[in-house]
Amino acid sequence: MAMAYSPKVREHFANPHNVGKIENADGVGEVGNAVCGDIMKMYLKIENDVIVDVKFNTFGCGAAIATSSMATDLIKGKTIHEAMQLTNKAVVEALDGLPAVKLHCSVLAEEAVKAALLDYYTKNNLPVPEELQNAKCDHDCESCMH
Amino acid sequence: MTIYFDNAATTSVSKTALDAMIPALTENYGNPSSLHALGQTSNQALDEARRTVAECLGAQPNEIYFTSGGSEADNWAITQLAEQGKKKGKNHLITTTFEHHAVLHTVKRLEKNGFEVTYLDVHEDGIVRPEELAAAIRPETALVTIMYANNEIGTIQPIEELAKVCHEKGVLFHTDAVQAVGHLPINVKEQGIDLLSLSGHKFHGPKGVGALYCRRGVRLTNFIEGGAQERNRRAGTENLPGICGMAAALKEAVDHLEENTRKVTAMRDKLIEGIRTIPCSRINGSLEHRLPGNVNACFEGIEGESLLLRLDLMGICASSGSACTSGSLDPSHVLLAIGLPKEIAHGSLRLSLDEVNTMEEVDYTLEQLPKILETLRDMSPVWEQMKKEGRC
Repeated sequence: MAMAYSPKVREHFANPHNVGKIENADGVGEVGNAVCGDIMKMYLKIENDVIVDVKFNTFGCGAAIATSSMATDLIKGKTIHEAMQLTNKAVVEALDGLPAVKLHCSVLAEEAVKAALLDYYTKNNLPVPEELQNAKCDHDCESCMH
Repeated sequence: MTIYFDNAATTSVSKTALDAMIPALTENYGNPSSLHALGQTSNQALDEARRTVAECLGAQPNEIYFTSGGSEADNWAITQLAEQGKKKGKNHLITTTFEHHAVLHTVKRLEKNGFEVTYLDVHEDGIVRPEELAAAIRPETALVTIMYANNEIGTIQPIEELAKVCHEKGVLFHTDAVQAVGHLPINVKEQGIDLLSLSGHKFHGPKGVGALYCRRGVRLTNFIEGGAQERNRRAGTENLPGICGMAAALKEAVDHLEENTRKVTAMRDKLIEGIRTIPCSRINGSLEHRLPGNVNACFEGIEGESLLLRLDLMGICASSGSACTSGSLDPSHVLLAIGLPKEIAHGSLRLSLDEVNTMEEVDYTLEQLPKILETLRDMSPVWEQMKKEGRC
């Protein structure tokens, strides 16, 4: 019932980092579904296996925007191999927690990063690493609720 | 600066209500059931409050039962009358798809326990059709419960006609009037209402107090055992401060109903007019049969909670649908009931005004809202897609 967002979540919601798009991005990933109330789209600029720039566009609740913002912060400047290891748990921890009912947003943020990386591998005809072969949680609204 | 546009969730306590509460919280602390002088002073205050509430509804004092609020009154009326019906072999209930959860969840529980329930359609305008009610009533219908005015979209139901249909078929009619009492003219006798629920904090009374009106002749069974309070029906020492505050607030609201309605309607209409100039927006529910203070809109391409939080950052307290559902992922059941697709229903905003609001607050909101929507739409992939497809 009562939901309280941490000050960190509120801060990232009020002033989200890395909002926008990247023209001719090296990897683009979109996850979620408007029927469920959240869609995240992530853009990556990759040079020498390093994520030199990342931007996002998100349709969703406060937590969806805050987790997008935090996920982009966590992978910016990292190598693609490091970014691949990003977990929803790391996003939640970096935000000082999320209400239980909003945990799926963090899963979506992780999936968005992975979808963008997958797009990069596919575009460049590179063998897809195992970490990126997980199913995306966009088939129904409850599928991200783990 | 704080602008409070969430009066359908709760209201501030008026000075009149507070003044009426103070004596019961200080010198008049006697138990209304006690025979000594202090107790009798409290008992008199209780009687007076009951008389006031009855007068405001066009009822008799012995038809008013004080409760802990609207939800309790709904639970009481529905469960008790359903049980009584069941004893006579009546196991059918009629309600609507867009009731408050205090009604909907109570009815669902009865459904699990063997009742059959018909959920009437509320159509695109959020209004129940009396002829559809007439067609749904069966010989085994125990009770019809239809809200007076919807808490999210503010649509007002044709109560008198609905009650008439029920009585023609010999069925009892209950209405959850939590959003209507103190905001619309109500006379239970003239309108033929058998049972009505109300809540004190929706018209500047305190929280934690409400009432159930039950017409004389309708048998109400005991809800809480353990004492002679509320004519043996609901035991427990009365919440006298709350009851006195509620009665005073209700009287004030009813005494100023016309001027409040005029003032609030003008602010509501200005907001609606302003919102309608925003592209890809819609006002939900009938414009004609609507609470004076209710504005409910959907904005495509954005999600309601983020809009709500951004408004809050600008000092505007609003709601995205019903506050009771703000922990849920599903869009409002009310907006789905009027036929909105889920992706649009996610982008809803409710602004609920009353007479303590000002036109300046309306103007400020109309200034801020389009800017906030622009920010959110600029970062929305849904909006991007809509623009690409030329839908907006």
